[in-house]
Amino acid sequence: MKDKVSEIVKKYNKDKSQLVSILQDIQAEYNYLPREALNKLSKKLDIPQSQIYSMATFFRAFSLKPRGKHIINVCLGTACHVRGGELIAESLERQLNVKRGGTTADGKFTLESVNCMGCCATGPVVKIDEEYFGHMTNDKVEPMLKKY
Amino acid sequence: MPSKLKSPKALEALQKKLGKVADAGKVSISVCNGTACRPYGSNPVVEAFKTEIEKRGVADKIDFRITGCHGFCERGPVALIQPGNIFYQKIQVDDIPEIVEKTLLNRIVIERLLFKNDSVGNIQAQVDIPFYKKQQRIILGNNVKIDPTSIEDYIAIGGYSALSKSLFELKPEQIIDMVKASGLRGRGGGGFPTGAKWESCRNAHGDIKYVIVNADEGDPGAYANEGLLSGNPHSVLEGLIIGAYAIGAHQGYIYVRNEYPLALKNITIAMQQAEKLGLLGKDILGSGFDFNVRINRGGGAFVCGESTALMASLEGKPGEPRAKYIHTVEKGLWERPSDLNNVETWANIPLIINNGPEWFSAIGSSGNTGTKIFSLTGKVNNTGLVEVPLGIKLRDIIFDIGGGIRDGKKFKAVQTGGPSGGCLPESMLDLPVNFDELTKAGSMMGSGGMIVMDEDNCMVDVARYFLTFLEEESCGKCVPCREGIKRMRQILNDICDGKGQESDIDLLKELGAHLQDSALCALGSSAPNPVLTTINYFHDEYMAHIRDKKCPAGVCKALIHFYIKDNCPGCGLCVKACPTNAITFVEKRKPVILDQSKCIKCRTCYDICKMGAVGIE
Repeated sequence: MKDKVSEIVKKYNKDKSQLVSILQDIQAEYNYLPREALNKLSKKLDIPQSQIYSMATFFRAFSLKPRGKHIINVCLGTACHVRGGELIAESLERQLNVKRGGTTADGKFTLESVNCMGCCATGPVVKIDEEYFGHMTNDKVEPMLKKY
Repeated sequence: MPSKLKSPKALEALQKKLGKVADAGKVSISVCNGTACRPYGSNPVVEAFKTEIEKRGVADKIDFRITGCHGFCERGPVALIQPGNIFYQKIQVDDIPEIVEKTLLNRIVIERLLFKNDSVGNIQAQVDIPFYKKQQRIILGNNVKIDPTSIEDYIAIGGYSALSKSLFELKPEQIIDMVKASGLRGRGGGGFPTGAKWESCRNAHGDIKYVIVNADEGDPGAYANEGLLSGNPHSVLEGLIIGAYAIGAHQGYIYVRNEYPLALKNITIAMQQAEKLGLLGKDILGSGFDFNVRINRGGGAFVCGESTALMASLEGKPGEPRAKYIHTVEKGLWERPSDLNNVETWANIPLIINNGPEWFSAIGSSGNTGTKIFSLTGKVNNTGLVEVPLGIKLRDIIFDIGGGIRDGKKFKAVQTGGPSGGCLPESMLDLPVNFDELTKAGSMMGSGGMIVMDEDNCMVDVARYFLTFLEEESCGKCVPCREGIKRMRQILNDICDGKGQESDIDLLKELGAHLQDSALCALGSSAPNPVLTTINYFHDEYMAHIRDKKCPAGVCKALIHFYIKDNCPGCGLCVKACPTNAITFVEKRKPVILDQSKCIKCRTCYDICKMGAVGIE
């Protein structure tokens, strides 16, 4: 773990102002921000852990808990909302038996909400990992999840 | 990749060479693979084109190009074929062999793939489609001509010639004067005159200055910046370099929203290509001017679209805004003079330099010059990215370009400006769309979201939606925003739950006025807008919730129930779909029975019933 963190820090020349990008790279590596990685980062960059924690909790993109194998992003942007995005989110919560931000017991899915993914014309939209699903309806939720 | 360009002549020579190749008269096809076409399956379509062209060995006969957003997202995946300006829509993988065989190799149009219009029939040319007809795509229009990951494509259509002209023929002050004369106003929402901002930053004390691209388009329901940055990243970059030269900055930043992976990828590639060609970095085009750019990813915080919060985030701090007694053009990033402009503002700069400020100010209306890109979404027939001259009427955008409301429903409201904007009713449809008129009506331009709502949308629910969003996104630094939004949202929750009181309306107005006066940044001070405009324009709907305990649109769960109509044929489709087994099958041709105590109002039965036999009241 140490080497990965060192590598990432090195890539940004130990530049403290790039903390958001560094955290993003760490999260991309581990799927979340592990405590040990943040401890190491604190030493490497010579900034207090409290400051790193404040960044990691301020921004929505970061997770301090391990996330599932597949990340589901359900869009709750305005364009998706007016076409029933909230109902899709509720349907996902029901079928996966988790609340937003939660991970299924088998570790397969993490359900996250997002406030716009830039494809509003096709709303309501759900994204699983890199794949986008547009014009979602309640009855499309189950077949979509079955693909994974 | 061509070698480094060391003079304006070298750029010109390259332009000529690339232009000749582009004009060789080959049949060309531009297939959209923008973010909004992906949910329709544009990735497999693009791959199938590649395979088909290779299989037939016709790569030298066809100019095949994968591009960014074409705008007409409703009909994706889309493609444009030249010559003939043939616009194909809803392309599927199975259509591709036929497109290559018939249209690309033998110039036969496939009627099935054309845009159909009930009144005029099939329309072949893109320009004749009603969606495109009233648009003026001076910025977005180039998206179809270029592969966003190819700097050669951008140079071939005249790219970077504005930069060359700026560096070698114009003094920084002249550029600023041109931008001032063009009348360009900030496209991020506020509408501050860009030229004046640049001038203040140039005149500010200090040797080190910064220029910043705000690509943290956080308005939920707006993706205009995404379509531009992912579809034509070099135009933004070129504008930025020109701005840096005019202001006297040698370091720039591009702050890209984390949720836009394609935009991030394409601007990163663009930056690397520009560096390789000597259009970025040390001694640009041999002019002696140095300029470097760093790309930063956002972290998913809406407030970071606010200039001071964005700058804090660039410094590696949480994105909290500060009071702006001292403007950021005096003391911004690292306490140094900093000029921050929106993606679209930057993309306008090369156009102004190339065509002159008079050309630009002739577009639009006085005081609101140029075009504006809107993301037209919600309940309109033709959703997508539209670019129109400022001053066009809302009605023209929604009904002519947007093609009216889906499923023959009735228009109710249009929401502009994102969470900082407001909802405008039918009586305001003739409002000219510009910075001043929208603000006067209680809404705002914002970064260009335009969300259309119909009779099935509840205005109280929409107001609550925005406040829920803002409550989550408030950074919590100032009390009015942190507490005020929360209290307003609680009141709206009560109204939606049927627990509202008539005095709530006054209380919402009072809290709203306090927020407008006292919040630290625009997130808080504009937060009441969605509430105040809906109270103003849709007062009756609030009263229906409060007095009659009814939600006329059938949205607020506590105030509605579902029922089965007599025309139910008992097909049993809804029985299977119901997640709580609340619906019981009786027998064929007899209506099913819905158990209200088990119903969670998820709307699944309503959506799935093809007979319209499920009612809401």
